[in-house]
Amino acid sequence: MNEVVAAHNIGAYVPMVDGPDKVSGRAKYTADLIAPGLLAGRIFRSPYSHAEILDVDVSAALRLPGVKAVVTGADCDKTFGVLPIARSEHPLARDKVRYRGEPVAAVAAVDDATAKRALGLIKLTVRELPAHYTSQSAMAAGASTIHAQRPNNIERDVLFELGSVEQGFQQADLVREGTYDCAEVCQNQMEMHAALAHYDAERERMTVYASTQVPYYVHLMLAQILDMDMSRIRVIKPHVGGGFGCRTEALNVELIAALLARRAGGSVRMMINREETFITHRGRPQTDIRLKLGMRKDGKITAVECECYQRGGAHSGYGIVTILYSGSMLYAIYDLHNVKYIGKRVLTNTPPCGAFRGHGTVDIRFAFESLLDEMAGELSLDPLAVRRANYLTAPTFTDNDLMVNSYGLPQCVDWVEQASGWRTRRGKPAKGEGGMRKGLGFACSHYISGASKPVNWTGEPHATVKIKLDFDGSIVVLSGAADIGQGSSTILVQTVAEVLGLDLARIRVVTGDSEVVPKDNGSYSSRVTFMVGNAAIDAAQNLKRVLVAAAARKLEAKPEEIECLGELYRAGAQDKGLTFNEVVTEALKDTGTITVTGNYSTIPQSHGGKKYRGAAIGGTMGYSYSAQVVEVSVDEDTGVVTVDKVWVAHDCGKALNRLTVEGQVQGSVWMGMGQAMSEETAYHDGLLITGNMLDYRVPTIEDSPPIEVGIVESNDPHGPFGAKEAGEGSLAAFLPALTNAIADAIGVRFNELPVTPDRVFAALEKRRRAGNGSAGKASNRDS
Amino acid sequence: MSRILELVLNGRRRVDAVPDNLLLLDYLREVVGLTGTKTGCDGGECGACTVLIDDQPRLSCLTLAATVNGQRVDTVEALGHDGRLSAVQRGFHEKLGSQCGYCTPGFIMASAGLLRRNPHPSEDDIRAALGSNICRCTGYVKIIEAVKYAAELHASGVSP
Repeated sequence: MNEVVAAHNIGAYVPMVDGPDKVSGRAKYTADLIAPGLLAGRIFRSPYSHAEILDVDVSAALRLPGVKAVVTGADCDKTFGVLPIARSEHPLARDKVRYRGEPVAAVAAVDDATAKRALGLIKLTVRELPAHYTSQSAMAAGASTIHAQRPNNIERDVLFELGSVEQGFQQADLVREGTYDCAEVCQNQMEMHAALAHYDAERERMTVYASTQVPYYVHLMLAQILDMDMSRIRVIKPHVGGGFGCRTEALNVELIAALLARRAGGSVRMMINREETFITHRGRPQTDIRLKLGMRKDGKITAVECECYQRGGAHSGYGIVTILYSGSMLYAIYDLHNVKYIGKRVLTNTPPCGAFRGHGTVDIRFAFESLLDEMAGELSLDPLAVRRANYLTAPTFTDNDLMVNSYGLPQCVDWVEQASGWRTRRGKPAKGEGGMRKGLGFACSHYISGASKPVNWTGEPHATVKIKLDFDGSIVVLSGAADIGQGSSTILVQTVAEVLGLDLARIRVVTGDSEVVPKDNGSYSSRVTFMVGNAAIDAAQNLKRVLVAAAARKLEAKPEEIECLGELYRAGAQDKGLTFNEVVTEALKDTGTITVTGNYSTIPQSHGGKKYRGAAIGGTMGYSYSAQVVEVSVDEDTGVVTVDKVWVAHDCGKALNRLTVEGQVQGSVWMGMGQAMSEETAYHDGLLITGNMLDYRVPTIEDSPPIEVGIVESNDPHGPFGAKEAGEGSLAAFLPALTNAIADAIGVRFNELPVTPDRVFAALEKRRRAGNGSAGKASNRDS
Repeated sequence: MSRILELVLNGRRRVDAVPDNLLLLDYLREVVGLTGTKTGCDGGECGACTVLIDDQPRLSCLTLAATVNGQRVDTVEALGHDGRLSAVQRGFHEKLGSQCGYCTPGFIMASAGLLRRNPHPSEDDIRAALGSNICRCTGYVKIIEAVKYAAELHASGVSP
C-alpha cells in the first residue's frame, strides 16, 4: 500500500491559477465586455491648466441625433478622493479647472463616432487664471491659489525631528549634503483605463465593472458621487491589466461612466485611450530632495537631515500619505537616530499624482543610497561595509515607533556580494573597446507589507476570507482581494490547499464581485499576501476543524486523534480512514453547504507612532528588504548606458511561490530601471507632451538586462507561513545602484533622474571641456 | 464606404462587409468578438494587438481590415489543439511570461511567428523578434525563458 501523505505547495514554483485564461485570450478585461446595446462614453477635457469656468454649453451636443446623455459638473456637486480627510476632486470639474485634461463634460451616444462628434459641439467658456507647473512656482509668494482650502498650495507640511541632528552632525567625521531631482513618472500599465456602468432604472441599481485595484474604494466613491445607498451598488473587477498603484483609488473614469449610465438609463462603456490614461495619471510626483548625512569614519550614520518637495498635481489624491511615507520610511532599514525631516506636498496645475509602486519611498531611497555611496568613497570604505555598520537588530522598534520583527537585509547584502563577485570585481573599472567603460554599483531598499491601519478605519478585521464547501467536495475561496496580475488569487489557493493538505486543483477562487465576495481593503501597499493570506489560513483552519470533527464523529474517535492527510482522514496509521469526499458528506449532514470565515487583524504595536502628526504612516506588520548590484557599460563616446546585469536579493520572509516572487522582484527592478534611465512625464505649459509609449520611454526587451534573483527567507513571526511582501521593495534600490555603478565606471555622479544618454553625454562633454578626468557631479543644480 | 472582406480567420473562412476605415483590431474585437487581441495604445506603440497575417506578426491596430482580403489571419484564440495549450502558450503560463496578461496575446503571437520561421531561436533572436512588444510587469526575463521553453516543447512535437 502506498503511503498517504498530505499535499504541500508552499515554497514551490507554482504557475498562476488564472494563467491558462490569460495565455489563451479567454481572460476578459473591462474593455472586452462587449455586448449589444452598450452606449459609448467619451470625456470632454479642459484645454486650460487653470481657469474659472463661466459656462459649459452642451445644448448642441444634446441635440445631435444618437446622443443619449450629456453630463457636466452641474450634475454632481459631490467630491471624491481616496483619503477621507482630503476629498478635493469632482468627477467633472465645477467652478474651476485645475489641470489640462481635467474632465469637464461627458457624453454617452449610440456609437463612438457619434460620441466623438458630440464632444466637438461642447463649448467651454472660461476666465483663465495664472497656472503653476512647478513646486517652487506654486509655493512662491503671490501664487494663484489652486484650492481655496489650501491657501499656499501646500497640501501637507510635515516636520519632525527625533533625536538631535545638531548633536548627530557633531559626532560625525564626515558630513555631506546632496540635492536630488527625480522626474515625475507614470505607471503606464498595459491596460488603458476602462469602465462599464449599467444602471437599472426600474430597480434603481447600479452595476459598475472597473479596471481597479480596490473595488471597495470604487464602491464607496460611487455611493458618494451618485448619492446612492451602497446596497444598491455592485462593483465587479474583471481581469485587470496591471495597476502599479494608479488604480488604488477610484478614478474619474468609472465615476463618470456611472453618472452617464444613470442619466441615460442604460449601459455605458467608457474606454479612454493611452493619452487620456496618462492624463488620469496618479503617478510618482516630481521630487526635489536635499539630504544631509553625518557619518563616522567606520561608516556609522550619526545624523540625517532630509528636505523633500513633491509636485503633487492639481488634487489631493494620496498626497498626504506620500509625503509622510517619504519621511517615515527613512527608518526601518538602518539603525538611525537623530533624524530631521521636512516634507512639503505641493499642489500644482498638472495631472494629480498618486501611489506608484514603492509609494513615497523610491526617490528618498535614491537620494539616501547615492549619498551613502559617495561618502563611502570619500572615507575609502566599501559601500557594503557602510550598510553593515548600520544594520538594525530585530526585533526592534525604530525611533518613529515602527515595528521590525524580521530583518533579512544582512543576508541580502551577503547574497549579492557573492553572486556578483563584488569583492574581486568592484573598483576595477574595465575599459572595453572604444570609449566603453564598465562599473558596478550597489544599493539597498525596503518596503512595507501593507499599511497596518487601512485608509478607511472601520473597526473591521483588516482582511476577511470565506470558504464554501459543498456536496461535490469542491472548495471555493471567496475573497475581495483584487488580482491585478501579481498573483494574489494563486496565493489564496496555495494557502488554503496547504492548510488542508489538498492538491491545488481541488481549490477554486472567486474574487472581484461585491455581490458575492467579502469586502477587501484592496491590492495596494503589498498588503494582500500578508493580510489576506493570513485570513485565508484562518479560514482554512476553521474549515479543517469542521472536517476533523465530522471525521471523528464517523470514525467514532476523538477529534484530536484524527490525522488529516488531505485526501484521507484517519484515526491512527492502521485505520483505513475516510476519503475527503466521505468526510465532506458526513460534515454536510446537519448543516448543508458549509461556509467558514477567516479573519486577520494587525496588532496595535504595528500601527506606527504618535510622535508627530501622521506618524502612523509607515506602520506595517513586516518590512521586506532588498539589496542590489547593478553592472553597467557606459559608452563615453555616445553617453549610452547599458545595464549588463542585475543581481538582486529580496527578503520576502518566506517565498510562498518562488515563481511569482521571482517574477515580482524582476518586475520591480525593471520598473526601477525605467524610472532611472528613460521614463519621464513632461509638460509644456501644462500640456502633457509624453502621452504615448514612444515619448514616455519604457524599456523594451532589447534594453533589458538579465536579472538574477536571490530569495532570502527571514521567516517573519506574523507572516503567513512567515511571508512578507515581494512586489515593491526591490524597485527603489535599482535607481541608486545604477547611478552608483555609473559613478564607478566613469567617475561622474548623476543626481538627476532619468539618466538619459543626452545627460550623460552632456556631463562627459563638460568634463572634457574642463580638461579634467577626475570625478565630478552632474546635476543641473550644480552647473 | 464598405467593401467585402473575405479571409481565413483562425482557420475558418469568413466573409464580412467592412467599412474602408475599420482597423483590423476593431474588426477582430468589436465585429467578430475575438477579444483576445488587445488594444494597449493609440497606435503602433506597444504590440499588444499583434496577430499573424500569413504567418507574419503584424500590428492589427495599424492594419485596415479591408487590406487582409484573401489572407490568413491568426489570433491568440487560434493557438492550441483539442483544448490544450500550444507550446508558446505553455511557455508563457508555466514560466510566468505572463503576469497581468494584457500584453500576453501580443507577445504570444509574436513568439509563435518567430517559432514558425525560426524553430531554434537564440536569445538575441528572441529579443529582436519581441522588440516592438511592451510588457510592464515581467521585466522580460521570464518572457525570454518562456520562449526558450516553448522552442524546446516545439522541438519535441508540440505545436507552436
